Amino acid sequence: MSINWYKYSAPATFYGLAGRLVPWFGGAAASLTVIGLYLSFFVAPTDFQQGEAYRVIFIHVPAAWMSMFIYLVMAAWAAVGLAFNTRLSFMMARALAPTGAMFTFVALWTGAFWGKPMWGAWWVWDARLTSELILLFLYVGIMALWAAIDDPRRGDKAGALLALIGAINVPIIYFSVKWWNTLHQGSSIKPSGTSMDEVMLAGMVVMAIAAWFYTIAVVFVRVRRIILERERHTEWVKHVLEGA
Amino acid sequence: MKSRHKKLLAIGLAVAGLAIVAALVLNAFQSNLVFFFSPSQVAAGEAPSGRAFRIGGLVEAGSLRREADGLTVHFVVTDTAKTIPVTYKGILPDLFKEGKGTVAEGTLGADGVFTATQVLAKHDENYMPPEAAHALEQAQKAQKTVVPQ
Repeated sequence: MSINWYKYSAPATFYGLAGRLVPWFGGAAASLTVIGLYLSFFVAPTDFQQGEAYRVIFIHVPAAWMSMFIYLVMAAWAAVGLAFNTRLSFMMARALAPTGAMFTFVALWTGAFWGKPMWGAWWVWDARLTSELILLFLYVGIMALWAAIDDPRRGDKAGALLALIGAINVPIIYFSVKWWNTLHQGSSIKPSGTSMDEVMLAGMVVMAIAAWFYTIAVVFVRVRRIILERERHTEWVKHVLEGA
Repeated sequence: MKSRHKKLLAIGLAVAGLAIVAALVLNAFQSNLVFFFSPSQVAAGEAPSGRAFRIGGLVEAGSLRREADGLTVHFVVTDTAKTIPVTYKGILPDLFKEGKGTVAEGTLGADGVFTATQVLAKHDENYMPPEAAHALEQAQKAQKTVVPQ
């Protein structure tokens, strides 16, 4: 069995495919969020050190993971776009950025709320927190660059270049707690095993998968808008809009 | 706005963004990549003298002492090799405990006592229910009583 993947690199065909997939990913995200929140707040036990306040991790860690992962996916699409000059790649990169910025903000925000009672400070300039803040500036900077350049194809390339340069920050964020003395604790999930109760881990993983599905659903909705806007002069878009 | 004005604005924004990123990175490299110094590093003279810096380590068990005013505390930070006595006047974070991690910011006096202006608690990456922590503690105690013969 072979699927003609190239067919879906054409915006017109991808528009239809994404539209059909959105309800599935959206539904999966909603149900997993309900399960994940239930596990996080009703099933998972109280922590021996931090009491109930540790439950911030069920939002904080999935958001922080997504903030880094979405950036890498966005940079990969940017690289594909720059290398092969494919229109849809740049559109995907543009569609990913706002969700990535949102998750970065959520990670920083929930981290501050966690830091005040646990560490005694809303914010410290340690390597982990600073590099995550730089990630937020990168997202915002890339979006500003895209928004400021009128010619979409030129804007695509400028933003993609910035996205690629900024990708160096992602491994810095991830390994910062290992490379330097930071106030932020190390990773609970390591290649050598996890230092976390299994039920707590389950809640966190379910929330992370829910965040994945949410991201896919939202990005597909957004990329469909971008496709319509970019291809508004073509016959198929006129067709779609007349049908709607 | 004319298109070349927009172009100029875009370039300006990009340059400003990159400048902020670079400045933050450099700032982090200069003073904050090492968020704190361990007592051994301080003993080796690696900590900056004459200005405030942070020390980090474990609060030595049995070292925490409160003065009569209820605000001033004395404790000892250790990395199991070297120790530094610390005085601090203020409210300690909830997670501040003997035997647990802490990061204190302040200055080192000539008498070797570190006067802290801020004390933070550094918690670790272990998460478990209290019963599991208790069981783990019991197991460690049992092991300690068995091993040295």
